[in-house]
Amino acid sequence: MNIPSELKYTKDHEWVKLEGDVATVGITDFAQSELGDIVYVEVETVDETLEADEVFGTVEAVKTVSDLFLPVAGEIIEFNEALEDEPETVNTDPYGNGWMIKVKCSDVSQVDGLMSSDEYKELVGA
Amino acid sequence: MKNTALTETHIALGAKMVPFAGYNMPVQYEGVNIEHETVRNAVGVFDVSHMGEFLIEGPHGLELIQKVTSNDASKLTVGKAQYSCLPNDNGGIIDDLIVYRVKEETYLLVVNASNIEKDWNWIESKNDVGATMRDLSEDYSLLAIQGPKAVEAMQSLTSHDLSEIKFYNFVVGDFAGIEHVIISATGYTGSGGFEIYCKNNEVKQVWDKVMEAGADFGIKPIGLAARDTLRLEMGYCLYGNDIDDTTSPFEAGLGWITKFTKTFTNSDKLSEEKKRVLRRKLIAFELDDKGIPRSGYDIVDSNGELIGKVTSGTMSPSLKKGIGLGYVAPAFSDFGSKINIQIRKNAVPATVVKLPFYKG
Repeated sequence: MNIPSELKYTKDHEWVKLEGDVATVGITDFAQSELGDIVYVEVETVDETLEADEVFGTVEAVKTVSDLFLPVAGEIIEFNEALEDEPETVNTDPYGNGWMIKVKCSDVSQVDGLMSSDEYKELVGA
Repeated sequence: MKNTALTETHIALGAKMVPFAGYNMPVQYEGVNIEHETVRNAVGVFDVSHMGEFLIEGPHGLELIQKVTSNDASKLTVGKAQYSCLPNDNGGIIDDLIVYRVKEETYLLVVNASNIEKDWNWIESKNDVGATMRDLSEDYSLLAIQGPKAVEAMQSLTSHDLSEIKFYNFVVGDFAGIEHVIISATGYTGSGGFEIYCKNNEVKQVWDKVMEAGADFGIKPIGLAARDTLRLEMGYCLYGNDIDDTTSPFEAGLGWITKFTKTFTNSDKLSEEKKRVLRRKLIAFELDDKGIPRSGYDIVDSNGELIGKVTSGTMSPSLKKGIGLGYVAPAFSDFGSKINIQIRKNAVPATVVKLPFYKG
């Protein structure tokens, strides 16, 4: 199981990478492996400002539909549109080209409150 | 929860196991898309031993089958099978099934795992003609070997000429070193192949030899997730989704297995229904835009009015678009009709199409 040490994690199996006040968000290697072949990623909240834990989109595997929860409050400034045509990138490169959104954080300190890679490892029993 | 005789084999192959109809079943091994493609282009093997098997025997066996099923089993000769359903008294469907004529006075009924008990009790309650009934569900295993290369890949395992077994025909013979195996040219994928019925204590040997014989043809084990996408691309009904105790055979497009050449459960009312305009019809649709229809989603017209419900839906691995089945008012059921599928906040446009979705 790949759990990069430089990222932050949520209990909903998302990862967060902070650069300045912009957080990039995706789902973890564990999440993509549990979901199986991902066939659709829908994000229709670009330009919206949402609170932490609000639903910002949906990821669909062949048999399942799962909500995506915003890890930290902020404005969704970008959706990775490459996923519209190649959602399987989330399976093959969850921490790289499979990123989902960029969020302009309302309060960057919220990122500090997320799980470290060690805490996330413990959560998934890796 | 029950296991099949191959549960350990699936786990050893790294399958993701899920509870299904009371059985611990493999939902996928490598991944649903690759498994789906394997069946469409080569050959794959499914353990579907959860399915139920009933033997109906004796001089009155046919009489009982004719009473409880909608298709005309008197048309079956030994070595032929037919798709059929068990109608209930209220216009709905208790189950869909396959009826095999194994010997002159021996029939095998293959039913859905989730309905074994319901079907058995129903058929038994109608058995006032003295047919002998035996439930073999716990003793028999079923492997589906499906795909365009199935015939070639499996030929070395039997003395029977597999290319000679026509669709919905079967032989009872040797297979993978086991005698008295049913080799049936049936399946739930639309890609051709066989279904193999043998005893639980024989199935491990059959599975191993099938995998060995298929190795040069790229055989892979296939899970229930791909079984669902494969059947849905063909528009085959799934009991519990597209048909159930409340859907009539005519609404479901199963008029072709509802034969009034005999009387059967509720046949009087069904023959009247056939003459009337249906309340709703099962349609197949493709999304015109991005998105994936799912069971339970609303179907709406251009004004957003509810006109029906989706009963099955998926992203088609072959067509790379959202496909589904659902019931709508007859006014929206013609091929080419424009409907909308309510996916979360969006009414996504879709077109009613002719089956199958996947044309090979």
